[in-house]
Amino acid sequence: MKKLGIIVIIIIGLFFISNTAACAEEAVTQQLLDAVGSLQVGIDTVWVLFAAFLVFFMNLGFGMLEAGLCRAKNTVNILAKNFIIFAISSVAFWVIGWGLMFGDGNPFVGLQGLFFVSGADNSPSIDAYKGVYSAISWTGVPLWAKFFFQLVFAGTAATIVSGAVAERIKFISFIIFSFLLVGFLYPVTGHWIWGGGFLTSLGMWDFAGSTVVHSVGGWAALAGVLVLGARLGKYRADGSVNPIFGHSMSLATIGGLVLWLGWFGFNPGSTMGVGDGSAIAHVAVTTNTATAMAILSSTVASWLIQKKPDLSMIINGALAGLVAITAPCAFVSVGSSAVIGLIAGVLVVFAVMMFDKLKIDDPVGALSVHLVNGIWGTLSVGLFAVDGITGAATGNGLFFGGSFTLLYAQIIGVVAVGAFTFIAALVIWYAIKQVLGMRVSREEELIGLDLGEHGSKAYPDFQGFLTK
Amino acid sequence: MKLIIAIVKPEKLTDVKLALTEAEVGKMTVSNVIGCGSQGGYTESYRGAFTEVNLLDKVRFELAVNDEFVKPVVDAIIKGARSGKIGDGKIFVVPLEECIRVRTGETGDEAIG
Repeated sequence: MKKLGIIVIIIIGLFFISNTAACAEEAVTQQLLDAVGSLQVGIDTVWVLFAAFLVFFMNLGFGMLEAGLCRAKNTVNILAKNFIIFAISSVAFWVIGWGLMFGDGNPFVGLQGLFFVSGADNSPSIDAYKGVYSAISWTGVPLWAKFFFQLVFAGTAATIVSGAVAERIKFISFIIFSFLLVGFLYPVTGHWIWGGGFLTSLGMWDFAGSTVVHSVGGWAALAGVLVLGARLGKYRADGSVNPIFGHSMSLATIGGLVLWLGWFGFNPGSTMGVGDGSAIAHVAVTTNTATAMAILSSTVASWLIQKKPDLSMIINGALAGLVAITAPCAFVSVGSSAVIGLIAGVLVVFAVMMFDKLKIDDPVGALSVHLVNGIWGTLSVGLFAVDGITGAATGNGLFFGGSFTLLYAQIIGVVAVGAFTFIAALVIWYAIKQVLGMRVSREEELIGLDLGEHGSKAYPDFQGFLTK
Repeated sequence: MKLIIAIVKPEKLTDVKLALTEAEVGKMTVSNVIGCGSQGGYTESYRGAFTEVNLLDKVRFELAVNDEFVKPVVDAIIKGARSGKIGDGKIFVVPLEECIRVRTGETGDEAIG
C-alpha cells in the first residue's frame, strides 16, 4: 500500500513539474515575441524619425534655394521667412492641423481628437487599434512619431509659398497666411486623401504627397502671386520679360542638393515602416531615377530653347522630377520613374516660360516645380501604376493593363484639391490684403525688404548695390 | 570735351540709362559708391543694437562727351534720376583734357564718339 502511495505521489509530482516547465517555455516564447515586436516598433520608429529629420532638413534647402535665386537686398527677409515657417507649421499643426487631417470624422474633415493631438490613441497597436486617428493606424509606430513625420510634410507645403511671393510680400502677411495654410487648408485636403476622406474612398492614390503637399503649396502660392502682382520692373511695357538675377547660384545649388537629399526621407519615409526593406529601397531608387532623368531632360530643354544650359533651370529640373515622382514612387517600376522624370524636366522648363508669358511673376519657379509637376506626378499614377509592386493595391494604371479607373480617380483628386485650395487661398489672401495690406510699398521694394522689414542688411560688409 | 560725373540713387540706375539711351548716348562707366549729402541716414539694427548709417549706397555715372552733348546728357540724367526728394544726387561737369581710344589710338573729339 505504502509503495503504491509513494508511486502515485511521484507521478503526480512529475505531472506538476512537466506542467510548470511547459508554462516556463510558453513564458519564454512570449517574452521573445514581445521583445521582437518591441524591436520591430523600435526600428520602424527610428526609420520614421530619421526620415522626418531629413524632411526637416529640406527647410534649409528651400531657404538656400530661394535666397540664391533672389536679390541680395531681400536676402534677410527670405531667410527669415524660411526660418520662421517651420515654427509656424509646428504650432499650427500641433494645435489643430493634425486633428483636422487624421481625426476620425466625415469624408471632408476630421472631427475627433482635434486639438493638441490629444485624442485617444493606443499606437503602436496596429491590429488592436483603439483610438480616434484610425486613418493612420496602418503604421505601427507611436503617435508622436506619426505626428512628427506628418508635421514636417505640412511644413514643406507651407514653405513652397514663400518662394513664389518673395521680394515683395509683407512679412506679417506671410506669417498669418501660413498659420491658416497649415492649420486649416492643408489638413482638410490632406484628410480627403490620407485621412480616410472621400478621395481615398474614390480610389485616389498619392504615396508621399504630390497633391497633398506639393500642389497644395502650389495652388496657395498661385493665389498669392495673383493677388500680389509682379515685382517692379519684371515685365516691361511691351510685355517682354526683364530678367531679375538671383544673387548667388552657389546658395541656390546648395539648396537644390539639400532638397534632393531631404527627399530621400520624404519618399522612402512614407512607408512609415521598414518591413523587410524592399519597399524603402524600391522607393529610394524610383525617387533618384526620376530626378536624374529630369535633370538631364531639363538641361537639354534649357540648352535648346535658351541657347545655353541655365543652372537655375537644371536645379528646377531636379526638383520637378522629385515632385513628380512623389506620388507614384511606391506604385511604379524604376523604368516608369525614368519616364516620369524625363517628362517632368521638360514640363518645368516650359512652365517657367509660360508663367512669365502670362505675367505671373514667380521668382524661384515654385509654381512650375510644385504646382505643375505636383499635378503631373499625381496623374502619372493613373498611367504607370503597377498593382502591388511594393505592396499597395492600387490597381494597374492605363499603360500597364489597367482601365481608366485609376486615372479618373487621380483627375478628380487633382481637380477637387485644386479648386478648394485655390479658391480658399484666394479668399484668405484677399482678406489679408484688405485688412493688413499684402505688398510692401514701392520705395521699400526698391530699397530692399531687408531694410524695410527687418532693419538690417544681409551683406553689410559688401558693396554691390547695383539695382538693375 | 567734358567729363560728366553723376551721383544718383541706385534704384534710378535703369531710369537714367534709359533716358541716356533716348538721348542717343550709349557710352558710360557705372560704379558703386557710398556717400552722403543732405539726405539723412537710416537706422540699422542688429541683435538689439542700433546705429545711424549716414553713408548711403549710390551709383556713379561717368561719361566723356563732346561739348555739344553736355546739355542733352545732363538733362537726360536729371530726367532719369529726379524724384523730387532729398538725395536725388549731383552732377559735376569737369573739363576733359584728352581722350584716347585704346584700339586705334585716335584722340580728341573722334575718340569720344
